[in-house]
Amino acid sequence: MTLHPEVRPRPAGHTMEVRLRVNGADRTLQLAPQVSLLDALREHLGLMGTKKGCDQGACGACTVLADGERINACLTLAVQYTGREITTIEGVTDGELQRAFVRHDGFQCGYCTSGQICSAIGMLAEHAAGMPSAVTEHRHGDAELTDAELTQAEIRERMSGNLCRCGAYNGIVDAIQEVAR
Amino acid sequence: MTQTEVASPPRSEAKELSVGKPIDRVDGTAKTTGTARFSAEYPYPDLAHAALVHATVARGRITAIDTADASAVEGVLAVLTHENAPALKPALSPSPLNLSSMVSGTSLDYLNTDEVHWNGQPVAVVVAETLDAARHAALLVRVTYDQLPATVDFAAEEKNATPVKGDLISPGEEKKGDAEAALAAAPVSVDLRFTTPPYHHNAIEPHATTAAWDGDRLTVHDATQSIDWVRKHLALRFGVPVAGVRVIAPYVGGGFGGKGSVWAGTILAAMAARVTGRPVRMVLTRESIYHTVGGRTPSAQRVALGADADGRMTALIHTSVSRIGRIGGRPEPVTAASGHLYDAATILLQQNIVELDLLPNTFMRAPGESIGTFALEAAVDELAGELGLDPIELRMRNEPAKNPLDGKDFSNRMLREAYALGAEKFGWSRRTPQPGSMRDGRWLVGMGVASAYHPPVQLNANITVRLSVDGTVVVRCGFQEMGMGGATVQGQIAADALGVPLASVKVEYGDSELPIAPMAGGATQTASVATALLAACDKLKRSMLALARRSGESPLRGQRLDRLEARDGGLYQIGKPGVGEKYTDILGRAGRPSVDAAVGSDTGLGAVAGQVRFMTKFLRDRRRWVKAATGAHFCEVRVDPDTGEVRVSRWVGSFDVGTVINPKTASSQLRGGIVMGIGMAMSEQTLIDPRTGRIMNPSLSEYHVPVHADVPPIEIHYLNEPDPTMPLGLRGLGEVGITGVAAALANAVHHATGRRVRDLPITLDKLL
Repeated sequence: MTLHPEVRPRPAGHTMEVRLRVNGADRTLQLAPQVSLLDALREHLGLMGTKKGCDQGACGACTVLADGERINACLTLAVQYTGREITTIEGVTDGELQRAFVRHDGFQCGYCTSGQICSAIGMLAEHAAGMPSAVTEHRHGDAELTDAELTQAEIRERMSGNLCRCGAYNGIVDAIQEVAR
Repeated sequence: MTQTEVASPPRSEAKELSVGKPIDRVDGTAKTTGTARFSAEYPYPDLAHAALVHATVARGRITAIDTADASAVEGVLAVLTHENAPALKPALSPSPLNLSSMVSGTSLDYLNTDEVHWNGQPVAVVVAETLDAARHAALLVRVTYDQLPATVDFAAEEKNATPVKGDLISPGEEKKGDAEAALAAAPVSVDLRFTTPPYHHNAIEPHATTAAWDGDRLTVHDATQSIDWVRKHLALRFGVPVAGVRVIAPYVGGGFGGKGSVWAGTILAAMAARVTGRPVRMVLTRESIYHTVGGRTPSAQRVALGADADGRMTALIHTSVSRIGRIGGRPEPVTAASGHLYDAATILLQQNIVELDLLPNTFMRAPGESIGTFALEAAVDELAGELGLDPIELRMRNEPAKNPLDGKDFSNRMLREAYALGAEKFGWSRRTPQPGSMRDGRWLVGMGVASAYHPPVQLNANITVRLSVDGTVVVRCGFQEMGMGGATVQGQIAADALGVPLASVKVEYGDSELPIAPMAGGATQTASVATALLAACDKLKRSMLALARRSGESPLRGQRLDRLEARDGGLYQIGKPGVGEKYTDILGRAGRPSVDAAVGSDTGLGAVAGQVRFMTKFLRDRRRWVKAATGAHFCEVRVDPDTGEVRVSRWVGSFDVGTVINPKTASSQLRGGIVMGIGMAMSEQTLIDPRTGRIMNPSLSEYHVPVHADVPPIEIHYLNEPDPTMPLGLRGLGEVGITGVAAALANAVHHATGRRVRDLPITLDKLL
């Protein structure tokens, strides 16, 4: 975006009060309205577990849960999420999925891992709620919900918004499938 | 270091070994709970943030730069341009005699000149109290240029390429006999042109630097594959003592070569901190990474193969054109693998180069072999088609007993066995040879193979090992960890060498205060560190034995180290596990808290001696042996006959990588290489506007790296035979995985469709 100097967003000086609920704690911040949820978490709350990979919604490293749904925190303004329950990797406490990632070597450098894990939690909830994916075989008249088995193909399709440049995809899918069973 | 000093420690059947086991990563919990700290994540009081402004022309001079609006933004601390930036001291001229001199990604003195050398060159840095203010103000810097003609179109310049001259690291032209004449006389031949596009590393962690000065002392958290060379380079550029610069990088979020050099962001973050007197964090945007960190060169290649009617190769010709920048870059050794894979009677390998007004190219996973094996291994498949031979059979008929170019011995070569193992695991015998002959429903099915090849190199590493009276072991070595599993495998090696449980070994790395280790690159790190670590463990055991023998009470009195083995936390007589003593008992009796062993020296004569030792061994090894990690890729693709969509449905990789220290982390590395190869073959390319030299797709939404849905289950198999010339018999395997992948896919796509795609990536438009 620095290549287009004619673009002039809102001056940086304006700030407003933003109340967030993050990992069960109420947090009040004074933020410029254009601050993303990702920058609010990382730069203003010091929660560095959520990663910035592209800041453009393309890599999924910033995935967090908002009321249990997975979102890209980089494409989200912090002010939009006033009063919503945000869960970051620091708030993922049951540990089962994380241990499965370690066992299956579902990462190498570890940078995309927080996003993969938060995304997987959101994805498992979507599947449990019967949401189909692009590879789900629909039966006629029953396209809205599915009880399709969470196969490797389903997991791969549903996790494709989370890039891993180290190429640990096999381990990630195996870890998620083990926990889903 | 001689070969005998790195031999395996003595073992007996009963000893519990860690090497060879699929151990979970020691940093797994940190990486899965979000507590692992990367370079942009260190808190500093009064931290300021920096953002870059990029040139919008390919070549020219800055005639005016207006920073008034940017400076007026609330919170802006400084706007640095060539008009006000402090002078940088000159970098060393790149020389293969001093590897650290090659860490400079470009020869540009950033913000020290009004000249613009590429479209995207940083021309200003904004430093502000907040990230938002820095990014916003960067948009307000206005630059006026006097444009100069620029040469940026690789395809148009290809005809002007000049031959690459050889140096200590890579040879120039290599030949055996008259390959052109043999090709002309060959009863069966192919003569083919291949092209590959520019690629970018796209590690998910953006390049990031946090820099803090205290007088002339500088602390840098940098996303780097080379903490020592970053330290030396920054000391040189800012004119401060090396000892006062500390570079810290315990976690690096992927590198793949992109973080192997020092690029603008690192230098300018340190400069911004110097000028403002504040700690400064510079996290590059994804777009800024494309504009300031080099990628892989594009290439145009010719592979011509001649064979007799039985398929024995009589001629092998591989020539290439690639590019560097006018202000830096090294020629990518595109033909590097082609002199080693086939027993051709005549060989000609030759590389050519053009210089463009673009950001210089840089190393990217398996520079040379990755794109070179695409052309060679696809051409071999085409020759097999001409001969009516199975492509594996053709390879077996040409598998050399000695290095084809010069007749040197291989240290150990099991490519034949790798093919046999892979073919069995993959079910190659089920393949019907005719293209288009296999179907699964409406999908066309294709199966392809190709060879993988990458040489292992060892560099010089320094290390210390401490064994304490509480039984713990601390290994200190300034190597890098960006996902290879270095701390885990070095811990395993130390545990076995000293005969202690893995849990009692702690490995410290990623900090320039530690003994100096080489950069992580070229599949060198594991072997380089292991060599030093084994020597240090050996020294440590000698010291422990000497300590024990001083006491009349020790059962080790009168014993010699070659009759002892390290096990159960101590030294015991081989074959008599009852005779011996625990380290903790030896230390306790001697009243010593710990014993240290050091290998190599970071300073003075010791460092020079280390370099001389390294170069001597490197040159001697190269005279005696040709060694390489090799492998055979087997893949299956499905192609939609109507849309040309290609899905990779199966993959088996069968590898000869010497001893496998940790099959879990090793397989992840090899899979990672294969996944990157799938991207290289099927979807990745950096698009450069041939008029302006501007990268047109500088984002992860338009540069398509493989996603979950693109990657099938990848089976990895090992021959696990030690390489007798390498420490513990291991060969580095970070790069071999990507080699041959694109060819295996192109060959499979041909088998499915009858189409030969010789220009990567194999996008569906090329199949319609």
